[in-house]
Amino acid sequence: MDRIRAEINNDRRAFIKKVLNGTIAGSLLLVIPAGASEVAEQLSGMRAEQSIFTKKRFAFIVDVTRCIGCGSCCVADKLEYNVPDGNYRTWVERYIIDDEDNVYVDSPDGGLGGYVEPRKDIPHPVRDTFFVPKLCNMCKKPSCVQVCPVGATFQTEDGFVLIDKERCVGCGYCIQACPYSVRFLNPETKTADKCTWCYHRVRKGLLPACVNVCPVGARKFGDLDDHESEVYKILHLPHVVSVLKPGMGNKPALHYVGLRREVV
Amino acid sequence: MSPESGGAAAAVMNYVFPNDLHVHWSLMIVLYPYITGIVAGAFIVSSLYHVFDVKALKPISKFSLLFALAFLLCATIPLLNHLGHPERAMSMMLTPSPSSAMAGFGYIYSAYMVVLILEILFIYRPVVVGLKQRASGLMRLIYGFLSMGSDNVSQKSLDLDHRIINFLAGLGIPMACVLHGYVGFIFGGVKANPLWATPLMPVIFLLSACVSGIAGIILAYYVIMKFRGSPIDLDCVRACVKFLWGFFILDFVFEMLEIFSHGYMSTHHWHTLESLLWGPLFNSFWIAQVLIFSVIPFIILTWLNLFKVGDKIIHIFAPLISFMIVIQVLLMRWNVVIGGQLMSKSERGSVFFHPEWLEKEGILPAIIIMLLPLVILYGLGKIFPFSLEKKPETASD
Repeated sequence: MDRIRAEINNDRRAFIKKVLNGTIAGSLLLVIPAGASEVAEQLSGMRAEQSIFTKKRFAFIVDVTRCIGCGSCCVADKLEYNVPDGNYRTWVERYIIDDEDNVYVDSPDGGLGGYVEPRKDIPHPVRDTFFVPKLCNMCKKPSCVQVCPVGATFQTEDGFVLIDKERCVGCGYCIQACPYSVRFLNPETKTADKCTWCYHRVRKGLLPACVNVCPVGARKFGDLDDHESEVYKILHLPHVVSVLKPGMGNKPALHYVGLRREVV
Repeated sequence: MSPESGGAAAAVMNYVFPNDLHVHWSLMIVLYPYITGIVAGAFIVSSLYHVFDVKALKPISKFSLLFALAFLLCATIPLLNHLGHPERAMSMMLTPSPSSAMAGFGYIYSAYMVVLILEILFIYRPVVVGLKQRASGLMRLIYGFLSMGSDNVSQKSLDLDHRIINFLAGLGIPMACVLHGYVGFIFGGVKANPLWATPLMPVIFLLSACVSGIAGIILAYYVIMKFRGSPIDLDCVRACVKFLWGFFILDFVFEMLEIFSHGYMSTHHWHTLESLLWGPLFNSFWIAQVLIFSVIPFIILTWLNLFKVGDKIIHIFAPLISFMIVIQVLLMRWNVVIGGQLMSKSERGSVFFHPEWLEKEGILPAIIIMLLPLVILYGLGKIFPFSLEKKPETASD
């Protein structure tokens, strides 16, 4: 009997020890902040010591044939940047083409709520319908950079077009010059603002927030020098790929797979 | 609509990109080319006398320079009121981006200001020296400063002044053209906007500038002379009306040619422009700018210049036409600046824009900014006599 009791006491001690160990370990994990390195690298090679980020050639591809218009990307973007209401770093457009070749486009609240209800105001039978996500085109010849009077909008060596909000005078010339209307004047900072392809995440080897949350892989991002990347394969194998407003001569780095001619 | 966007896009036609609901360049940016245009035009009036020897314009030759200066002093106010960070405005001059069409404004503006002020000082020097001798206290000090430290009004000295004035006036003409042609280029160089992106934009801006300057001077001349009860120099008014007609022919023809060329070529840009011109801009462009404030003054100006009309008719129509043309140019600025932003870059839709009265860039601030040059002009008149009344020739003129 005593032996049995001693064993139970031992088990209790062991149990309490384990609980204590677990509590301490758990508390420590909460106290010590998890760095980016805790999250698995999403862009291969970005965290390698020999990686030179300025030598990368990043590309963003939107696959129009995959987008389901759920709006997750817009929600992720708004949360990532706390985008003020009524302004959009990214948005999703809904295209509907009827039998008479009329094109109906809408993007209520930038598609933030997802396209839950079908449009009921289309008078003819619908021939085709699809969603088109929009974001900064990261032009290789950006007109926003050209017109900025103080150099607050600039191009990084790895091809990102960014805004230095400490320098921006808020004149709005870049907003007028962008052929894609991806820029807005942030009402809180009074400076120009736009999508950055999540430069802060990419530098840490993470995918842009919108790419990360897309449930169907309609948004793709990667390094064109990485021949294993999906973006490299899409752009170097036969695909229907195009850019928006090529006539503007801005040479966007944002590509679209399956883009219809109706899309502007 | 956030208040920062400067007005309200009341209704939306068809599909507009979500960020295009805001009209970022509103009334302040309408006033900016309007004010610089008046400056350039007023300077041209003065140069017609000083450089091109149009003797009839003598009574207003000095006044038009002061008129130009009063407006030039206010040209940056709407810009500063518009900027999100006006405290960083000097970055445009200290650390400019050379590729930007906007970055040159500070330099062009400052250089033009220097030329204009120098020309005024040299033209007024003999007058200022005379005034200094009669003045006392603070005014004597001011006139001493304005005479640039030289009381020498000998014939030799005045001849030198005259040569300097000729040089400055000659230099001022291309500078006035550059100032306003350049403002046109700020818009004309925006390839993303089909209404703005035309090489004709600087030309149209320049011609409309001349028109607004001449009309502004005629109007101001009439108002001041009526106020003073002084007789109006009809030869001067008739000469002004003739130049107004000439410049307005060019201005109006170019404005229409620009639209006609777009329509005739019918590229895909035209389809966007078409929906704008026959949509949200129909009333302010076709009805107001073209029909009421261009065609009617054009017909009256033609009649005043081609037929022998009596003095009374000139007295009635010269200020009336000038007023209409001042409004025409303001409408043109509105239709270009605001109109260009009403079309979405989606090429599928447009918005309507109604400015509000009390917002930062609203109607009331715009009225105050437009009245400010007149207040400054009044102040300048207290220091530099306008010399609008006919007087015998002096060497300085």
